[in-house]
Amino acid sequence: MAEKVVNQEMIKPENLVYQKTKVLNDNVMHYCPGCGHGTAHRIIAEVIEEMDIQSEIIGIAPVGCSVLMYNYFNVDMQEAAHGRAPAVGTAVKRLLPEKFVFTYQGDGDLAAIGTAETIHACNRGENITMFFINNGIYGMTGGQMAPTTLEGMKSSTSPYGRDIPMMGNPLKMTELVAQLPGTCYVTRQAVHDPSHVRKTKKAVRKALEYQKKNMGTSFIEIVSNCNSGWKMAPVEANNWMVENMFPFFPLGDLKVPEEK
Amino acid sequence: MEEYKLMKGNEAIAEAAIRAGTDGYFGYPITPQSEVMEYLMAEKPHERTGMVVLQAESEVASINMLYGGAAAGKKVFTSSSSPGVSLMQEGISYIAGAELPCLIVNVARGGPGLGTIQPGQADYFQATKGGGHGDYNLIVLAPASVQEMADFVSLSYDLAFKYRNPVMILSDGAIGQMMEKVKFKEQEPRMKTPPDWATVGKPADRGPNIITSLDLDPARQERFNHKLQEKYKKIREKEILFEEIDCEDADYAFVAYGTSARICQKSMQLAREEGIKVGLFRPITLWPFPYEQVTRLSKKIKGMLSVELSAGQMVEDVRLAVEGKIKVHHYGRMGGMIPTPEEIVLALKKQIIGG
Repeated sequence: MAEKVVNQEMIKPENLVYQKTKVLNDNVMHYCPGCGHGTAHRIIAEVIEEMDIQSEIIGIAPVGCSVLMYNYFNVDMQEAAHGRAPAVGTAVKRLLPEKFVFTYQGDGDLAAIGTAETIHACNRGENITMFFINNGIYGMTGGQMAPTTLEGMKSSTSPYGRDIPMMGNPLKMTELVAQLPGTCYVTRQAVHDPSHVRKTKKAVRKALEYQKKNMGTSFIEIVSNCNSGWKMAPVEANNWMVENMFPFFPLGDLKVPEEK
Repeated sequence: MEEYKLMKGNEAIAEAAIRAGTDGYFGYPITPQSEVMEYLMAEKPHERTGMVVLQAESEVASINMLYGGAAAGKKVFTSSSSPGVSLMQEGISYIAGAELPCLIVNVARGGPGLGTIQPGQADYFQATKGGGHGDYNLIVLAPASVQEMADFVSLSYDLAFKYRNPVMILSDGAIGQMMEKVKFKEQEPRMKTPPDWATVGKPADRGPNIITSLDLDPARQERFNHKLQEKYKKIREKEILFEEIDCEDADYAFVAYGTSARICQKSMQLAREEGIKVGLFRPITLWPFPYEQVTRLSKKIKGMLSVELSAGQMVEDVRLAVEGKIKVHHYGRMGGMIPTPEEIVLALKKQIIGG
């Protein structure tokens, strides 16, 4: 009996501490259980709601696991060709400078096929916010080696582990764009536990606030897992990410604007 | 007072685009069309009309900027030349698949590969048969003068927005580089209200607008393909443009577009001086191709010579229209070479009249 009373207390509106943002719709996400995309989507959507910019924002979806992200967001969205989201976003922002524009890409999209578009959009200092989900693998096509696959890491096209002399080095795209004068805010975050989710959400908010002030490109890498591609259970994948991905892709701000 | 200006074809396109109320140009330098962006940058259209001009990092980027701009409901165009247009093909397929209106200008040069920087018409197949992947068509306009370079800009936008379809102006290095007198239309205002499908930020009173060419459900994707084909059928029925010169009394006809059509006009004159009655059929829309009009003409004459700066591409469409009823041959030069009017007359005599 007492238990029931507590539950009724919990569902009173004044006691509500968490609810789904209206900027996401009710469609069931296709992402694998344990994948970071759902969390990344949610915090971006929450910030859009909190900043009250749902009617002023245009999102650019990539090719890859998040190709269908426009099925979940309750905002106007375009689906770009593989790697081209920064070019697409550039034009939208130039033609609608009063609106907010964000791109959302994985590592294959942003750091392999779309490297040129990424670097040049950042170097021009396009006033857009770029989200870079780095899970070190091509998830959607079935776990092939990505530009960010770690040395020795196994994938379907590096079945014996990434061999640097044969396959080249993993690419630190975020360090690279931090060097460019056009970027105002460059940070690397993660969404595998509540404290990192909160930090990432703060970074998303900052990035969109900088866009509002026309300060240049804001770039947020989110290091994520791909438990399906890595062939690990979700918890195991997160632990592996902390132990192996974070040392090579250290979390934290790489570039922050000078406070005036 | 109406005023003529002396201008290059490439410059005329740029000036006409500003006056047509273009919102954005995205391009990458390549000979022989670089004057388009040079003219735009020098003219400061941002000050004249608020038009955005951006030099992209590649043709791949510029065509995808076109995708983004068009998806935002804006009037956008790009220009390039053959190798650059090859790079754009992926993006053009996406634009067609997402049903976005825009203008792509190809000031074509000799190929294949890096080829030459002199004029060519060997991109006909790429332009009219779908150079990218999938079942799609561009509306393709072929100007034969600097005046048409200018006039076809607003025509292209009208068609692009009417059908939500990309339009290509397929020109060549000769028309792009040569100077002629040209008269421009008055400045049109830029569009004030975006089309209802555009992604401009979702107001509270409608659902999200989504621009995509993806549908993972094959049955729905097939239905979408049928819808596209219906649209193309409508365009084929309504939008064909062509010109016939001295075809009324003709025994033979040249079929040619762009630069080749201009050279053929001189060849016609030379042939007629020798008593050979030859006319010129000039397709203006290369897609949709004027099949019925060529068929109709073929019933009145003895033979047709398709003259192209290529190994013979449009001649395949002429043959489709003629259905073997009269003699059809091709004469062309390649790799940036241009035939003289005399050699075309000679080709007519050898391949059609005497052959």
